[in-house]
Amino acid sequence: MVPASYYLILSVVLFVLGALGVLLRRNALVVFMSLEMMFNASNLAFITFARMYNALSAQVVVFFVMTVAAAEVAIGLALMVEIFRSKRSVDIDQMNTLKG
Amino acid sequence: MLTDYLPLVVIIVFSVILAFLVVALGHLFGPKRPSEKKSMPYESGMVPYGPGQRRMTVRYYLIAVLFILFDIEVVFFLPWAVAFRDLGLPGFLLMVAFVVVLEVAHLYAWKKGALEWE
Amino acid sequence: MTLSDFLTLLPAIVLLAWGVIMLVVDLFLPTNRKGITPLLSGIGAAAGLGVNFALTGYSQTGFNGMVVLDGFASFTNTLLLISSLFAIMLSYDYMRRMNIERSECCALMLISTAGMMIMVQAYDLIVLFLALELFSIPLYVMSGLVRGKISSEEAALKYFLLGAFSSAFLLYGVAFLYGATMHTNLAGIVSAIQGGAVQTVFLMLGVALLLVGLAFKLAVVPFHSWAPDVYQGAPTPVTGWMSVSVKIAALAALLRVFVIAFPSVAAQISPVLGVLAALTMIVGNVLALVQTDIKRLLAYSSIASAGYLLMAFVPYGQGEVASDSIAAGLFYMIGYLFASFAAWAVVAAVEKEDGKGLQIADYAGLARRHPWLAVAMMIAMVSYIGVPPTLGFWGKFYLFRTALEGGLVWLALIGLLTSLFSAYYYLRVVVVMFMQPGETEARREVWVNLLAVVSAGATLLLAFIPWQLLDLASTAFLRFP
Repeated sequence: MVPASYYLILSVVLFVLGALGVLLRRNALVVFMSLEMMFNASNLAFITFARMYNALSAQVVVFFVMTVAAAEVAIGLALMVEIFRSKRSVDIDQMNTLKG
Repeated sequence: MLTDYLPLVVIIVFSVILAFLVVALGHLFGPKRPSEKKSMPYESGMVPYGPGQRRMTVRYYLIAVLFILFDIEVVFFLPWAVAFRDLGLPGFLLMVAFVVVLEVAHLYAWKKGALEWE
Repeated sequence: MTLSDFLTLLPAIVLLAWGVIMLVVDLFLPTNRKGITPLLSGIGAAAGLGVNFALTGYSQTGFNGMVVLDGFASFTNTLLLISSLFAIMLSYDYMRRMNIERSECCALMLISTAGMMIMVQAYDLIVLFLALELFSIPLYVMSGLVRGKISSEEAALKYFLLGAFSSAFLLYGVAFLYGATMHTNLAGIVSAIQGGAVQTVFLMLGVALLLVGLAFKLAVVPFHSWAPDVYQGAPTPVTGWMSVSVKIAALAALLRVFVIAFPSVAAQISPVLGVLAALTMIVGNVLALVQTDIKRLLAYSSIASAGYLLMAFVPYGQGEVASDSIAAGLFYMIGYLFASFAAWAVVAAVEKEDGKGLQIADYAGLARRHPWLAVAMMIAMVSYIGVPPTLGFWGKFYLFRTALEGGLVWLALIGLLTSLFSAYYYLRVVVVMFMQPGETEARREVWVNLLAVVSAGATLLLAFIPWQLLDLASTAFLRFP
């Protein structure tokens, strides 16, 4: 039986990796994947706590998070395709039209 | 506890062995008469052309996005179906509302031409 | 599940259903009749406002205590609905002239407003998260509505990436709060904390992550970097609406969650909030000084406003002051709403189809050609500074008073100094409009001009009945479990 704390540690590691990915990576698509990783880290944390407390409610939360993540995927991909059409790149460093 | 999983382990081990055995037997004893047609990646499919890593049309993304959106909704149908008898009429009505919203999205995508390939 | 559950969320449900109907109606309208959808959307928002007024005075929880309807929610819902009505007015002609899909924009606005209202009414952190996403996702789309214009698309992508980043923080915070207390429900969290069976480390971590998530939405320094870019790139009506509504919703959620669930950690959180508020006031005002683009100027001004709002919220843990800070925050929001829409209506009127007309220098001579618009802009600027007789003055007055009540003299002092400092860049706009010669042309579109005049008039006239308004804001009580 694997102790619950291991899952929590894994979730923290995933979340931190995701956050670092968002801050450090330059390709919008990779940033996007890092974001998904952060959401999934939250999912893992929810599941872990649900198991620790023997509660079902937090497992249901994961369904909702998954749906929200899917909606965000849809929006994000659409925006990226749209940007790629006009700029031929999704590099964040090249997004400098807005400056002041 | 763990012994409950023994049949599963046996099945996994057995299927792995069987898969290897079948492939190995065919490889060892089967007749080999290679020709140009037969060496192609897809023997009876289309003739491949162009580099393997070419860019996909944007249209694929649109389809993929729509697929993700409508696919994930199954997540809500399954628990509902499992608890269908307990939820009764209110649960059914709520699910109808859910499906109506989903259908509006479908109708919207349809009318906007997102499902047209050309 | 009973009908009274649905009653709790009725204003939001009306808006949500109406928004979905609008999307369908829009599909079957011929291209030259698209103007009908904004009009119908406006009627929907007005209907929501009516339902909301009819429900004022109710105090009940619904859906197993996941949402709540109380005076606080009714009050904030009213502000949100007025804001969306104004935004629809603002976008009616603007979107047609800029060649943007205005009908979809209005439908999305309704859906997004419903999300904001649910966020204000959320009594469960999961509902809070879902509502946050429900209002954010349409917003990402709306900021990118100007298709083919790279600045709008970039704004949308930036907003999307940073918005999703912040909601991930919020969600992780909720996960840890669940781990600490076994509950996502505010009532459950409160009883768990009072019962003492709480993992303190998880609790602090959860609260901190939750604060980061909401601070992003509120555009508090150092989580503000998206705001100027998004405000500049998004279509002007969307920007104006966003700068008001998102702020109201995020602040209301912050108020509710922290005042109800986390007064026990106020000792640790209040200093952090104080530093954030001070940073936000200073950075917002200083960076506003160097802007030449009016939309960016207003963006930094809205960041500064978030700082003032946060300042009054710092002493939320001191029982008596908490109710005052809620009243002061809500009161400031009234003034902020009217002043902002006055300013954004003028911006929308002056903006040209090719994206020109957004520099401050482009406002030269506006007073001569369009005195009404110039006066409206001036009233908005004066209200932002906080000079009497405007609502902005009373708003800041109550915020400062609350901060002093909480014993935060240093913070109030920073607020006062930055307010004085802000007068420079706000008045520069006024000087350009009134003193410099120029031939600024503005659109004579009915709705936009009407909105500018009405908002500016409200900013001015309501300032003569501040006590009544404050009474109204004070009766906006929170329902405690």
